[in-house]
Amino acid sequence: MSKRKPYERELPTDWWLKHAFYTKYMIREGSSILITLYSLILAWGVFRLSQGPEAWQAWLDCLTHPLSILLHLAVLVLALYHTITWFSLAPKAADLWIKGKKLEDKPIVIGHYVALAITTIVALIIVAAY
Amino acid sequence: MSHSQHTEPKRSHEPIFWGLFGAGGMLTAFLTPVMVLVTGILVPLGLMSPEALSYERIHDFATTWYGAAVLFVLIALPLWHTLHRIYHGLHDIGIHRGRDIQQVVSYGFAFAVSVFVFTLLLQMF
Repeated sequence: MSKRKPYERELPTDWWLKHAFYTKYMIREGSSILITLYSLILAWGVFRLSQGPEAWQAWLDCLTHPLSILLHLAVLVLALYHTITWFSLAPKAADLWIKGKKLEDKPIVIGHYVALAITTIVALIIVAAY
Repeated sequence: MSHSQHTEPKRSHEPIFWGLFGAGGMLTAFLTPVMVLVTGILVPLGLMSPEALSYERIHDFATTWYGAAVLFVLIALPLWHTLHRIYHGLHDIGIHRGRDIQQVVSYGFAFAVSVFVFTLLLQMF
């Protein structure tokens, strides 16, 4: 057993609630929990799909429960929050230089929102084209 | 102290997880909202026909090689993003003990679910 007693700075558990910047940071990180849950729901859907039509229908029926709708609304809001934060960080990640000049942040962010609109519309068209 | 001229830098496995984190984050940003909208809201509320998610349609799609690939990526990749964030989030909320075990459990979870989905898709093929 080590006799060493390193100093550990006290950190209150609610440190992230005292400053809007940190609260937003924690909401962004926390969105991961519900998005994980959504992936698990889909993974379960693949499992039910593999079991046949009745199992698949039972999975679909579960999704119509009011609590499921509420959960998915929450997932949607947090997923969109992730999208917004991801796009606002995009210029820092892209760091594009054209003819020795750094591309401004705004066109990169707007480009991402245009791409989001296109992928969303295309996805809806594909899904609705049964 | 002697300095060898040929010291190999110790390689980190972080770039692999960082790459999966980035790819998963990108996919989540662009496609998760519309996926949640369709499977969790529009179809369950009847705002979109249940035909969109009928057994025949989804089963036919899931049993093609490209459909299986699309479903695998759409379901598994976000997990490599979210579990990376959850792992680092544990530090933020003050859980410092057993960081390496936390890492194994976090990425192991993403890996396990990926294998689960991959195996099911392969079995249906």
